[in-house]
Amino acid sequence: MNYSQARWSEDDRYEPLLSEKGNREVAVDEDGLLPDDLTRDTVELPALEEPELARHYTRLSQMNYGVESGPFPLGSCTMKYNPKFTEDLAALPSAAVHPDRDEGTVQGLLGVMHGLQDYLARIGGMDAVTLQPPAGAAGEFAGVLVAKAYHEHNGDQRSEIVIPDSAHGTNFASAAMAGFDVVELPSAEDGRVDLDALESAVSEETAALMLTNPNTLGLFERDIEAIAEIVHDAGGLLYYDGANLNALLGQARPGDMGFDIMHYNVHKTFATPHGGGGPGAGPVGVVSELAPFLPAPRVRKTEGETVERFDPEHTIGKVHGFEGNWLVLLKTYAYIARLGDDGLADASAKAVLNANYLAEQIDYEVPFGPFHHEFVASAGEQDAADVAKRMLDYGVHPPTTKWPEIVDEALMTEPTEVETTRSLDQLAEAFNAVAGEDDETLESAPSETAARRIDQVAAARSPRLSWQALDEE
Amino acid sequence: MSFDIPEDCRYLASHEWAREEDGTVRIGISDFAQDELGDVVFVELPDEGEELDREDDFGVIESIKAVSDIYAPLAGTVTATNDVLLDDPELVNDDPYGEGWMIELDPEESLDHLLSPDEYADQIE
Repeated sequence: MNYSQARWSEDDRYEPLLSEKGNREVAVDEDGLLPDDLTRDTVELPALEEPELARHYTRLSQMNYGVESGPFPLGSCTMKYNPKFTEDLAALPSAAVHPDRDEGTVQGLLGVMHGLQDYLARIGGMDAVTLQPPAGAAGEFAGVLVAKAYHEHNGDQRSEIVIPDSAHGTNFASAAMAGFDVVELPSAEDGRVDLDALESAVSEETAALMLTNPNTLGLFERDIEAIAEIVHDAGGLLYYDGANLNALLGQARPGDMGFDIMHYNVHKTFATPHGGGGPGAGPVGVVSELAPFLPAPRVRKTEGETVERFDPEHTIGKVHGFEGNWLVLLKTYAYIARLGDDGLADASAKAVLNANYLAEQIDYEVPFGPFHHEFVASAGEQDAADVAKRMLDYGVHPPTTKWPEIVDEALMTEPTEVETTRSLDQLAEAFNAVAGEDDETLESAPSETAARRIDQVAAARSPRLSWQALDEE
Repeated sequence: MSFDIPEDCRYLASHEWAREEDGTVRIGISDFAQDELGDVVFVELPDEGEELDREDDFGVIESIKAVSDIYAPLAGTVTATNDVLLDDPELVNDDPYGEGWMIELDPEESLDHLLSPDEYADQIE
């Protein structure tokens, strides 16, 4: 496969900033609404015709790589394609409703939220859901605060949260931010939770165990019922990190495994855009015992079949405004409704099939298995970060590297269900081409991308945090 | 790969070294630790006069790979900090036992409880 990324530059600099393409002084209308010392007579604005502007952004997108450029198997991130019909819905003028309008005039909006609470509860096997947290990690934090409020309400001061060493870093951060001490649980030799280690880690101080299943190695925690029993017997709660839910849709439910709290990463599991695609959402589901502690407000049906907001009885308060980032939630609702029960189950089955197919095709060793929706290969004697840089030259996005640390030079790979056999083969070709290359080639990669190897050390030691830094050079 | 483990230092299992110098004790992180961390990009140090107990975290070291706490190998009062590291954190990589030192303590205890160079070498093997 021959790949060469577009590189738009002038005088060997990347595509110039809009302001560098020509500015125009524009007079500011004097309307007298602001005091003179707060206003200027003129402002400099980029002066571009529409085609120039369109080309500018198209060029920037050509120098980038995203889910619409090619395969994007960034492990644990579930980089699905974002279907355009959900974007169309979110762009409808009728979707742009101010949340503070009278409830009687936003029944459609509240109805979608009620429907989504219900969908998510059914998918996770939970009894009640809040849509409010604005991201996955914010959902985790809200979930941990709910656990804390529940224990305190029962007059039970618990100081510790137990987390396996293979867990996502956000678990440790959420627990610490909520004021808990973190007890790190070493993995067993097969990469799963060690039941003996868990027995000795839990105590009357244990507020919760945070777990993702399948775990970050893509391994299903087969002993989940025994794990749940150990934690519950100690009076603790079981928290499900929804980051890997894409492996389970329609196949198994965290609630049925004994989990009490979970968050949903809608940008992963339900294909809403990641990061730069806009604000996020990290709904949280809980079992009925914990429902009174969820953030406020939630929505519910009244006897008259209208939908109303209400504050749960012992709510922890607000973690964001209103119901959260509504347009992201609308996209989530649309995605679930379009796929339906069978479609969601099929998505998970294909995500697992794709991961297993790809792992079979690549030359790198995969030390742990059998796995579900993602696998962690080892780059062996090669440096995983160099492997990743070199894969860019073959026109694919690389996997997550060097994590989890229990695999040497980890290449954590999650193709998701969206890839066809053909693009999986393209990925495998990239892996295998790089596997056969020498260190010198790897260390000088990438050579075919718009931006070459980024100097991470210089970027961290003297960061340029705004466009003004360019002027200072 | 072999790492530098000077004979005139004693070590904490979490990879800090301590060296007696004219009544004070100088502290930094080991060659092994700087290699594991990779390129150091930021160091946070305590204020002079701060009192530390044994194994208190007294600072933070950040590399492009990780952020770690730094622990006091022994109890004492901070009498000096190597503020050069705030601008040139790479000294920790270049010279971990020399110019990359972090703090000096007026010690409240001896170094006897710390690992000897041989014991530390066994630990990182």
